Parts: sequence; structure tokens; C-alpha cells
Amino acid sequence: MKARIAFWNILLKDMRSYYLKPPNVSWGIIFPLAWTGMFFIRSGQGLDSILTLLPGVVAISVLFGTTSMLAVTVTFEKKGRSFERLLLAPISLELLMLAKTTGAIIFGIANAFVPIIMASFFADLSGLNWVTLVPAIIFIAASSTFLGLFIAVSVSEVFEAQTFSNFIRFPMLFLCGLFFPVKQLPAWLKPLSYALPLTYGADVLHSSIHQVGNMPLIFNFLMLITFCTALFVMSLRNIRQRWIL
Amino acid sequence: MVADNNVIIQVSGLSKRFGEIQAVDGVDFSIYEGELFGFLGPNGAGKTTTINMLTGLARPDTGSVRIKGIECSVNPKATQHLMGIVPDESNLYPELTGYDNLTFCGALYGMERSNREKRACQLLEQFGLTDAANRKFATYSKGMKRKLTIAAGIVHSPPILFLDEPTTGIDVASARHIRQLIYNLNAGGTTIFLTTHYIEEAERLCQRIAFMVSGKIVRTDTTGNLMRLTEGRYVVQFALSKDIEGLADAMEKKFPYVKCQTSPGAAVRVESREPILIAPFVKFMEDHGVEVTEARKIRPSLEDVFVEITGIEANAIKGEKEKMGVGR
Repeated sequence: MKARIAFWNILLKDMRSYYLKPPNVSWGIIFPLAWTGMFFIRSGQGLDSILTLLPGVVAISVLFGTTSMLAVTVTFEKKGRSFERLLLAPISLELLMLAKTTGAIIFGIANAFVPIIMASFFADLSGLNWVTLVPAIIFIAASSTFLGLFIAVSVSEVFEAQTFSNFIRFPMLFLCGLFFPVKQLPAWLKPLSYALPLTYGADVLHSSIHQVGNMPLIFNFLMLITFCTALFVMSLRNIRQRWIL
Repeated sequence: MVADNNVIIQVSGLSKRFGEIQAVDGVDFSIYEGELFGFLGPNGAGKTTTINMLTGLARPDTGSVRIKGIECSVNPKATQHLMGIVPDESNLYPELTGYDNLTFCGALYGMERSNREKRACQLLEQFGLTDAANRKFATYSKGMKRKLTIAAGIVHSPPILFLDEPTTGIDVASARHIRQLIYNLNAGGTTIFLTTHYIEEAERLCQRIAFMVSGKIVRTDTTGNLMRLTEGRYVVQFALSKDIEGLADAMEKKFPYVKCQTSPGAAVRVESREPILIAPFVKFMEDHGVEVTEARKIRPSLEDVFVEITGIEANAIKGEKEKMGVGR
């Protein structure tokens, strides 16, 4: 009961202080719109390209929405020492970090639905498999958030978190199979591709939207769950080692 | 004096090293329920590291910490609900109002909404911050920030309160108000662990004091017992028209029963185990071409005890105050 109150209020404070601030709301809307517009114009295929672009735009929106926020909600608070207040509260570190990351996961999911809602005005979405699409978005948001958390707790400064995020995010976009099928990547790049959580998320997105997946759905979800768990556990270990001296 | 079975915090053999620096070195002490215990020492003595180990922000290398009988050096979460912690820097959320900061802190300790809202209003009133309740914390003055940080530390009415340098860096009026609040909290039954490098603050507030130097506790005793060490000591402070080099040495030669020390700002402090007659000193200084502008008998303070026990000159501590830019 007491833990539930703490969890809910940490989440609520983060939503009010960070995620629902006008700059972040506008970022959450404009960013997916800009990516969609860019790919739409670049494809030159008119409205037919909307569904082709959808998995990529959804994944980019989630990835950038989630990883960018953790640098602020965790690294910035650590730098300002207000994070100490949370560490001193009588709640477990696991619950505390889940509360800190749930806001980013919700923000990522909301970001994902911006291009989907937009696409619904121009394309027929009746062929989408929502039963797999929605869990895929949730797991992509969770794994991206925990990746952001892992970066945020591995550095000391906000700018370091953002720099490291970019080092990981941009290569990940091009290696995960969203824009170039993994099969077409050079042999030496393929292992790297399979070491990225987004590769499995992108495969489920392709499968849900285009009904063309390279790997079994259950395998993709298991891999996403494995990445979420591993990144969360490693982040907690880093906090215990680096922040509780 | 309280009985031993009322020990609320028991620390044994606590040590912590950061690289080459032994921050805390085998510290032992006990704090009794309802006590206001002072931890006194210069900056870098290991006070904050000790608090961090007691509260769970640092892991001890060796030693044990028992709070209300619960061993918490390995699992500090087991006792965090019993503590309120006020760090040396105000660390509330700048984007939240004073009221929202308090209710949020209450929620971290699992307080129900109606309880934390009521408690927040009560604390804002008690700390004289009601008018600023709806202002963002970022807009508060330093003194207001310290007050709200203390209020946040006691929002869940903890039986133990850790106060780390609560009056450092704030104006005189706010420091006085905070000292009164600390006194009232203790009078209300809260056990308080106070770290400070302001000796007079510890002397005024604390029932027992531990002197900490270079990570070690060099003496723990009641304030009364420590002050007894100053009995039979006489101190006179002379303000002079100008500084004269070697004056203190010359005085000690002339008056072998005294110890003299020049202070910055053309002053000399004369200390003796015998009553000091002022006239011979005034004449001595006039003979050396120095006019005495003021002679004042001073009650020996805890500062003198601290200097005697630790060997650290009081000026070193005063220097810290000046560095902090604090008007006392």
C-alpha cells in the first residue's frame, strides 16, 4: 500500500514535471510528424507508401521519445541531488526505478500512436494485426526506456547521456531492419544487428503491419523481454555501484 | 542522563575509505532516544560520510549500524522509514512549489493524500512559509530553502532526524529561526543527529557532542562535562590600536603565567589559569607604543575545549566560516 502510494506519486510528479510540459508534448507530436513527412516526400510513391513507412516511423518515435527523456528525469536529478531524496525513501530500488521509467514508457507509447493516428486518415489500417502491434509497441517502448536508463546511470552529466544515446540510437536505426532488411546487411554486421533489441521489435512491427516477419513472433517477444530484464538489472547494478558509494 | 537500554542508534567500528583517503576510521558511538547529539568537526572530518553510511547513501567498508535494534549496514531500507534526512545542500525539486514538495515527500513515505496535505499545511505554518506555499522552490531564498528542506525531512514525523550542517550559508535571522525549530523538535521528542562545524551552535543545542577529526572520534561527552574543562580558565581579549610583531611572545616573557595569542584585526587573546588583572597588561602595551582600545573578559567556550582536545586551532574553523561567506 505504502509502496503503491510512493510509486504512483513518483510517476505523477515526473509526468507533470517533465512529460506533460508543453515542449515535450510538442516534441512528441512534431517529431513523428516530421519523420513521416520526410519519408513520405522521399519515397515519391504517394499515399501508397504510408503503410510501408509506418513501422520505421513508429520505431523512431518510440526510440527517440524514450531515450531522450531518461537523461533528464534521472541524470539531471542525480546531478541536482534531488535523486538522493528518492534513494533515501523506504522503497526498494527496483520499485523506485520502475516508477522513474514508467513515465518514459507511457510517453514512448503515446509517441508511437501519433504516426498511427495520422496514418489512419490516409490509409486503410484494417489489415493491421493489433493483437501483436500493441504489445510490440509496449515492449519496444520498455526496452528503449531501459536502454536510456542504462545510459543515464552510466554517466554523470546530461550532455554525456545525450551523446552516448546518439552513438547508440542512430546506428541502431540502420542496423535493426527497419529501413534495410537484416538479410541484406553484410555478414559482419549481422551479429551486431541481432544484438540490438530494436531488431526484434522491428520484426514484430513488420509482421503486424505487412505480415512479413523474419523470425517467429514468440521468439521476438522473448528476446524483447530478455533485453528489458537485462538492461534493467544492469542499470540497477550500476546505480548500486556508482551512486550508493 | 538516559539509560543504556534507550540507545536508538548504535555504531560500532564504522570505516569508509575513498581511494587513498580514509574518510571514516573505526568510529564508535551511541545515541540515546530523545537526545540531540552533535557531531562536530572541521570540513572533511568525515561527518557527512558518517551520515551517509547511517542513512543508506554509502556502504560501510567495515563496522555495524543498528537503528532501533535493527542492523542496517547491509540493508538500510529496513530502517529508512524511521529517519528524516536533511542534507547539507537543499535538494528539493526546484520546479515544484513548497506545498507540492512537502506532499510529494510525504508520498515517498507512503502517507495517504489527506494526511500529507494536512501535514504540509501544518509544517508550512510552523516554519513560517505559508505565504510562500504556492511559490516554486527555485524562487525561495537560501534561508527559506533550508527551512523547507528541514520541513521535508520531518513530513512523515520520523523518530530520528539527521541534520547535516543545517545553518551553513544562510543569514543570521534564518539561522536563529532554524536553531529554534531544531530545539523545539527535540523538545517534542525527536532524536536529532546534528553535524556542524559551528562550535557555538553545537554548544547551544546539543546535549552530547562527539568531536571528529580526520575520520576519527577524538572525544564524546555531554556538553556539560566538556564545558567543565573550561572551569578555572580565564580569558581576556584586548583590542589594540595597531598590530605589533612579536607582542604575544614579549607578553608571555613578561607574564609567564599566561598564554598569549594574537588574532587578526589588531587583537590579542590572553589566557590563564589564574585571574587576569587588566591594568598591568594595559601598561605593558602602552610601554610598547600600543594603545588598548578595549579589554573584554571572555567566558571560555566549547571552542576552547575543541582546540584543547583536537589540537586544531579555532582559526581554522573560523576560516571555514569566512570561506562560506556566512554572517553569524
